[in-house]
Amino acid sequence: MQLGRVVGNVVLTMKNDTLDGVKLLLVQPMSSAREPFGRVIVAADSVGAGIGEDVFFVRGKEASFPFYPTEVPADAGIVGIVDSWHIG
Amino acid sequence: MILARVTGTLVATQKNRKLEGAKLLIVQPLTLEDTPRGPELLAVDGVGAGVHEKVLIVLEGRAASDAIGKKAAPVDAAIVGIVDTVDLP
Repeated sequence: MQLGRVVGNVVLTMKNDTLDGVKLLLVQPMSSAREPFGRVIVAADSVGAGIGEDVFFVRGKEASFPFYPTEVPADAGIVGIVDSWHIG
Repeated sequence: MILARVTGTLVATQKNRKLEGAKLLIVQPLTLEDTPRGPELLAVDGVGAGVHEKVLIVLEGRAASDAIGKKAAPVDAAIVGIVDTVDLP
């Protein structure tokens, strides 16, 4: 998993049927020092995250597990909203 | 699997229910020379690792899920061992 910040959302009308009702958010991966790195990704949200929140997300087919038994075609998914972290 | 160092702990109340009870740690992947390599990751802890410890991380969903004793948990990285030494002859 990686830390990230939700920076936007994506709206689609024409989409795979299994994506109906799935919220898609733009997530900027970031370090624990809150420095952004890499590209912004689109992630399926299953925890009710919103713009500006710190989250952690999973990559790969595991991103679809929260939607089981629906097999959502997602390769990134937000699985938690971060309250805080502590380094050292 | 990769070697990494645990650098911190993370608290998240609102998370997937399969992650309830799982300890989430911030880890920094390492080179064989113990220098940081690439971005930090979040890993679930399956062995009781602590901050500053060098650990073995599995980067695969099913294995990571097994490491915390869950079936089909939405995780892609887990700590599966605490490293004593690495010998590189």
